[in-house]
Amino acid sequence: MKTVSSNSHAVELHDNIVAHDLTKSFGKVRAVRGLDLSLQRGSTVALLGPNGAGKTTTIDMLIGLTKPDGGTVSLFGRTPAEAVKAGMIGAMTQTGQLIDYLTVRELVTMMAAIYPDPLDVAEALRISGAEEFADRQTRKLSGGETQRVRFAIALVADAELLVLDEPTVALDVEGRRDFWSAMRAFAARGKTVVFATHYLEEADAYADRIVLMSRGRIVADGAPTEIKATVGGRIIRATLPDVELLALHALPGVTTVDRKGDAITLNCSNSDLTLRELLSVYPMVRDIEVRGAGLEEAFLELTVDEEVP
Amino acid sequence: MTELTYLRYEVLRTWRNRRFLIFSLVFPLILFLAIAGPNKHVTFDNVPFPLYYMTGMIAWGTMVAVISSGARIAAERNAGWTRQLRITPLPTWSYFSAKIVCGYMMALLSMAVLFAAGSSEGVRLDAVQWFVMIGLLLVGLVPFAVMGIMFGHLLKVDSLGPAIGGVTSLFALLGGSYGPLIRSGFLLSVVKFLPSYWLVQASKTSLRGGAWPLEAWLVIVVWTLVLSFVAVRVYERDTKRV
Repeated sequence: MKTVSSNSHAVELHDNIVAHDLTKSFGKVRAVRGLDLSLQRGSTVALLGPNGAGKTTTIDMLIGLTKPDGGTVSLFGRTPAEAVKAGMIGAMTQTGQLIDYLTVRELVTMMAAIYPDPLDVAEALRISGAEEFADRQTRKLSGGETQRVRFAIALVADAELLVLDEPTVALDVEGRRDFWSAMRAFAARGKTVVFATHYLEEADAYADRIVLMSRGRIVADGAPTEIKATVGGRIIRATLPDVELLALHALPGVTTVDRKGDAITLNCSNSDLTLRELLSVYPMVRDIEVRGAGLEEAFLELTVDEEVP
Repeated sequence: MTELTYLRYEVLRTWRNRRFLIFSLVFPLILFLAIAGPNKHVTFDNVPFPLYYMTGMIAWGTMVAVISSGARIAAERNAGWTRQLRITPLPTWSYFSAKIVCGYMMALLSMAVLFAAGSSEGVRLDAVQWFVMIGLLLVGLVPFAVMGIMFGHLLKVDSLGPAIGGVTSLFALLGGSYGPLIRSGFLLSVVKFLPSYWLVQASKTSLRGGAWPLEAWLVIVVWTLVLSFVAVRVYERDTKRV
């Protein structure tokens, strides 16, 4: 496991969301394997990872929809069930349709009535972008419109914690931009937002902190800049026969190494340092190529090459 | 009252679902007019035929109304809506009771329409008799309301229509909604175990000026308890699995 910024402030503040040693299996599939997480109130956190990383299971355990096999969750000092009962959670789960025979406005009003201290319905409709079709019947909405209404329902709770599981899946590019600026407006009111995504750009652009998950574990955790600095470094490719991978890995600034025949690939956190050392130790190295590694590569490196114990 | 607002929109949804009205209201009405009309002056099972048939059709229509209302939970489960509700402060009990209230609302509407039709075909009851009959019908529907919630957690959306149609028809038929098929012997003692039998008997009972015999109350209570037990189990199974 790779930890980018050690999350050592594991003080269980009542102000925080704390998950401790969460595990969950579905049959033989170990969806989440020992997850520790502490999220500060008011922060916006992205759970990033490919499909099957355990993001949805983690979220469902946080909000009490799924009972963990082991471990505990504390939401501002309460159990998920207590937090739900107190109306402290607004959520947009990954899938879900709306109930019919109501207009959008009626549905959001109906949901607002359930919460102790809801947002003004008109406000929720405005922020979510559902205002323009607020008087249409719910069954006559497109996929993107349905997502906005589901967002409005999550917003109208005006809850301490807003949880969004892959919220932009059904949205087009413009819809996504609108969605995230709405989310930011909501977060700016001091609310805690946790969202799951498999889009790197989204996590990078809209979260204060990225928790990178793979195969049910956290593989990296830190501010987007930290994640990028550590894993989004540079890649050196070269031709270098007869050198052990371990020896290459020992070079300064190298995070991972790979070899295909004589071609080597070094993922580097500090490529300048690596390159100087590489040239001085192995003068026979040739065909050197250095390029920036996108977040995409960092992502793949961290999530795909992980060995399954 | 926040839960009243929630309930108000549930009622609105039920009212707007016109499919609902056809089965709980229009079909029984048509059948009543078609069959009771030509037999206006017949006395049947010691009861004027229009009164007997009116109660029979009410029993059928109201059964459909309260079962369908609870069973709509199946569609909301399918849409992921019940999952959404589980992360809100709305208590499960409020969700269920809203379904029951909506079912009863439709049942009352069905009753009112058939009462009006009955009156036009010569049904005459005094105030006390009306009161007793309505009261017995409302109580007799409780097990069916619970059955609806059970169906809502037990069935898939696709099988709801046939299941509700089949179950209500069977209960109505055996209970004597379409006419007392079984009037004596061993089978009569069997159908007396059905709550629908006592629904149909509500008019006869009120004519005699009394209430149900003890066995009727027992039948209603036992069916309600057993169905509630099953409903709770299927609800728990349903929510734990996710």
